[in-house]
Amino acid sequence: METDWIMGLLGGLLIGLGGAVFLLVNGRIMGASGLIGGLVDGSGKSNALERLSFLLGVATLPVLLWPLIGPIDTHITPNLAVLAAAGLLVGVGTRLANGCTSGHGVCGISRLSLRGIVATAFYIGAGGLTVVLFRHLLGVI
Amino acid sequence: MRNLFALLAGGLFGAGLMISGMTDTAKVQGWLDVFGDWDPTLAFVMGGAILPMALAWALTRRRAAPALGGAFPPPPEPKLGHNLVLGSVLFGMGWGLAGLCPGPAIAALSYGGPGLYIFVAAMLLGMGAAPRLRSRLDRALQAE
Repeated sequence: METDWIMGLLGGLLIGLGGAVFLLVNGRIMGASGLIGGLVDGSGKSNALERLSFLLGVATLPVLLWPLIGPIDTHITPNLAVLAAAGLLVGVGTRLANGCTSGHGVCGISRLSLRGIVATAFYIGAGGLTVVLFRHLLGVI
Repeated sequence: MRNLFALLAGGLFGAGLMISGMTDTAKVQGWLDVFGDWDPTLAFVMGGAILPMALAWALTRRRAAPALGGAFPPPPEPKLGHNLVLGSVLFGMGWGLAGLCPGPAIAALSYGGPGLYIFVAAMLLGMGAAPRLRSRLDRALQAE
């Protein structure tokens, strides 16, 4: 258990370092949903290559690290209906709210943005209630 | 050059998500599950990430511009609004259901298996539909 916390802290520092580089060098906020969403709805056309480069880094570094850190069990549910519903909710929700765990959570809270703090309170609250409802009451997840 | 540093920043983000255990949906749902066998890892990840990020924000006040030119992001918008609250609630529901949010979903692309592709495809669909939903919501709430 303690190893998990240390790895969590270490990984967290790397996440924050990535955000710091993106802010101090590129002048941009590291928000995963915004970076992806701008490519999907066309609002990020002007810097599409920068967005794609970032996402390429996100997806490929784990491939390089796999021999050192893997195997990792993602424990992704086999319930395809749950996955599809969850994906839709995450996609619509993060774009309506203009941010997710990285943009509102990491980048927003660290500059004491009221929007970031309020968004984080609501998505953690909704996430907690959803797990309680679907795991303990309905037994779906 | 911008793309190179974007790749580097993304690499650090992806490596951090992988190392921290945040691509394991059981750890994310375990953190949200306060009535079950609670897993505190996510709090350590958040704390670890906020620390260098807070330092970076402090540095932006001492510098005129980002290293590669352009401008730093404007100060945070003070207005909250219905979209922020409704969107965050919908996002939280999806996050709780699958234990996945956008960053880890991309970081785990190489090892998440077919279930992850379903999630990502649905997420992209939702992201594509969001602008239309947003303008409908804005119109409906303005009409009241």
